[in-house]
Formats: sequence, structure tokens, C-alpha cells
Amino acid sequence: MNLFASAIDWILDPANYVGLNAIPLRIGQHLVFSLVTVVIASVIAIPLGYLIGHTGRGRGLAVTTSGGLRAIPTLGLLTLVALWVGIGVVAPYVALTVLAIPPILAGAYTGFEAIDRRTVDAARAVGMSELQIVRKVEVPLGLPLLIGGLRSATLQVVATATLAAYVADIGLGRYLFSGLKTRDYAEMLGGSILVILLALALEGIFALIQRFVVPRGVSGRLASTPTTRTGSPAAAR
Amino acid sequence: MTWVLANLGLIWARTLDHVVLSLPPILLCFVIAVPLGWLARRYRVSRGIILTGAGLLYAVPSLPLIFVLPAVIGTSLLSPLNVIIALTLYGIALMVRVVSDGLDSVDADVRQSASAMGYSTWSRFWQVELPLAGPVLLAGMRVVAVSTVSLVTVGAVIGVQSLGSLFTDGFQRGIQAEIVAGLVATVALALLFDGALVLAGRMLMPWTRRVTTAKPSVPVEVSAA
Repeated sequence: MNLFASAIDWILDPANYVGLNAIPLRIGQHLVFSLVTVVIASVIAIPLGYLIGHTGRGRGLAVTTSGGLRAIPTLGLLTLVALWVGIGVVAPYVALTVLAIPPILAGAYTGFEAIDRRTVDAARAVGMSELQIVRKVEVPLGLPLLIGGLRSATLQVVATATLAAYVADIGLGRYLFSGLKTRDYAEMLGGSILVILLALALEGIFALIQRFVVPRGVSGRLASTPTTRTGSPAAAR
Repeated sequence: MTWVLANLGLIWARTLDHVVLSLPPILLCFVIAVPLGWLARRYRVSRGIILTGAGLLYAVPSLPLIFVLPAVIGTSLLSPLNVIIALTLYGIALMVRVVSDGLDSVDADVRQSASAMGYSTWSRFWQVELPLAGPVLLAGMRVVAVSTVSLVTVGAVIGVQSLGSLFTDGFQRGIQAEIVAGLVATVALALLFDGALVLAGRMLMPWTRRVTTAKPSVPVEVSAA
């Protein structure tokens, strides 16, 4: 238990709140790095996922590729890219974008697939163009599953961003590696606790967001009859 | 390629280390998650506690967890036990939800028929519910196996040897072939475990073979409609 006490002392030590190694600065770096990574991955994965979900083509390929990407250890990709481009933030961005793509891609196309086919056919029947169907029907109805995908991608990136410090001077992982080097367990443990708290806080925030993005018509909260729940993306989860 | 040929012994040794670190979490998490998943499904109170706990546990990042475990259970920082326990916890966090969902997917009519035929709750679970939830459990175990094999490499940054040591060593000494060899070996090991699980599934659940060949046509029809 006194190991934890020394870690708490380390977290509260005023010396860790000044300079280039200050805790708030490291948390900021960790979050900005994670956010940028998820945005890059989204720009690649969401349009691709929507294309697969809307046309129904290429699903098998997407599943296989995603599965394959998942099997690749991030540390291996990180060190390999770092050897090519050198020490710095480029390698972590590349390695973690690869990590973030599969869950976002899956969230995008399963979001479209979970929509009741009759809803899409009805939209087509009232004269909507394909683009309108995507924009006004499929995107809003698929949003809860997409947010679910973004949630697991963000959590994985925030967790794995700790490894980024192995090849770059960035994020909370710095405390783990510098503590490891100097055999300072209070620093390692304090840094680890900060990463864990950050991940749990984000998990909580995403759980709230996910509850509020369900379109009003299908959330069941405003619906008077229980039958409207069937076929909603929320029910598919 | 010359590096690989000159160091086959090293790669093989690290592969064995990797198997020793990844096999116990995969097996243990299944043994522990089945009763927990059953408990989560059985009572409303335990469901909330167990599934929320599993969700939070799954959100805890792996590398920090490996650092925190020594302070909790009193192992040394370099002990391979930290990696094994951390990954077992992850496996449990994922599988508890899968087991509970899998048992949920068993038709209530089937459950009632089994009771009507005289199965006790105990034998009904083992002979009816668990086998019927089997395909769902298998899918979950395949995810656990692949992610465990991949996550074991993280231990290398602390000094717990595995195929991940080829990444850290290759990075520090600037040997690209060593990192590539580690990547290939890790992915190959993951595929091997995955294949073993699929094979075990076929042997233990022979009735699913017909279903899997008939199933693909259904989603295709739906998306074409």
C-alpha cells in the first residue's frame, strides 16, 4: 500500500507541475496526440465504411483486412516505422492510425447494415436520391454504432499512446519509461495511474455521448409504443 | 534475410517464451469467464455489477496495468506473472460479456423444453445452454486469442522476454530484419492459435458445420434486396 502512497505523493508533488515535463502538459500532449490520430483514422475509415455499408460491396474484404490489422502488434509497427523515419512523433501517428482504423470502419458499415431495409426502401420510394438516402437516413440512423466504433478506437489509442513515448518525447508514457530507466517506481506507478484515470474518464464521457446521439424518433425515449423500438440501431446493440 | 537465418535459434526461443506467456491467459480467462458470465445472466443485481466491472476493466490500458500489478499483488516488476495476470484480466473482461450474450441467445423455448424433459438446472446448463452458446463463445475466444498474442509483445518494453523483444532489440540496434521477423512470427502465432480454436470448435460442435455453410447466403440476399 505504501507504494501507492509514494505514487500519490509523486502525482501531487509541485515539482511535477513545472517545466517541459509537467503533468498537465503531458496529459495535454497525450490527448491531442490521441485526438489527431482518431481524426486521421476517421477521415480514412468513415467514408470507406459508408461506401461498404451503402453498396453492400467489399464487406468480406473489409472484415478480413480489419482482422489482419488487429493481429499486428502495435509495438512492432511502431519500432519498424521509427527505424524508417527516425525518432519522433511520425512513427506513433502511423502505428496508432493503423490501430484505430478497424473499429471505426466496422462502426461505419455495421451502422448502415443494422438499419431496417424497409426504412431505406421507403426513403427510395418517396423519391430520395442515393446521396439523400445516405445523408438523411443512413448516416443519422447509423450514428450510434459509429460512435461505438469511435469509442473503442479512442480508448485503444489513448491506451496505446503510452507506447508512443518509447520512440518519441510525448505523452504520459514518458513517466513510465523514464521511471523504468532510473528505477523510480513512484514515477512509473504515478504515470500509470494517470493513464488509467484518463482512460476511465474518457470511457465515461463516451458512454454519455453514445446515449445522446440516438435519433429522437428511434431512441424509444420519446416513442409511445414499444413497437417502434424494433429495427432501431439501438436495439441491434 | 541473412539476419533471420543467422538467428533462427533466437527467434525460436522468443517464440517459445511468447507461447508460455500467451497460452495461460487464453485458457484461464475462458475457465473463469464461463461461471462469471453465467452469474451475470442469472441475477439482475450480479448482472449490473459484473458487466460494469468487466467494461471498466476492459478500458484499463494494458501497459500501465502491467506497471500497477506489482504494487497490488507484490510481484517483482520484471516478473512474467504481471503480463500473464494482466492479459488474463483482459480476457475475462471481454469474455464475461460474450458468455452472458451467448447464453442470452439460447432460445427460451429450448430452455423450457429441456426443463420439461427433466434436465436439472446444472445439467441443462452443461448439456443444452453451453453447447448452444458455443459458436458465440468461439467467436469471442478467437478475438481473445489474437489480441492476447499481440499484447504479450508489450511486456518487452519492461524486459519480459517474448517475440516483442525482437522489436525492442531490433529498434535499439537498428536491425530492420529483426523487427520484421518479430512481426511475421507474432502474426503467424496468432493465426496458429486462431486456427487451433476453429479446429477445436469443429470437433466439439460438429453440428455447426452445416450451419456455417448455409449461413452466408442469408446476409447476401438481404443486402441485395
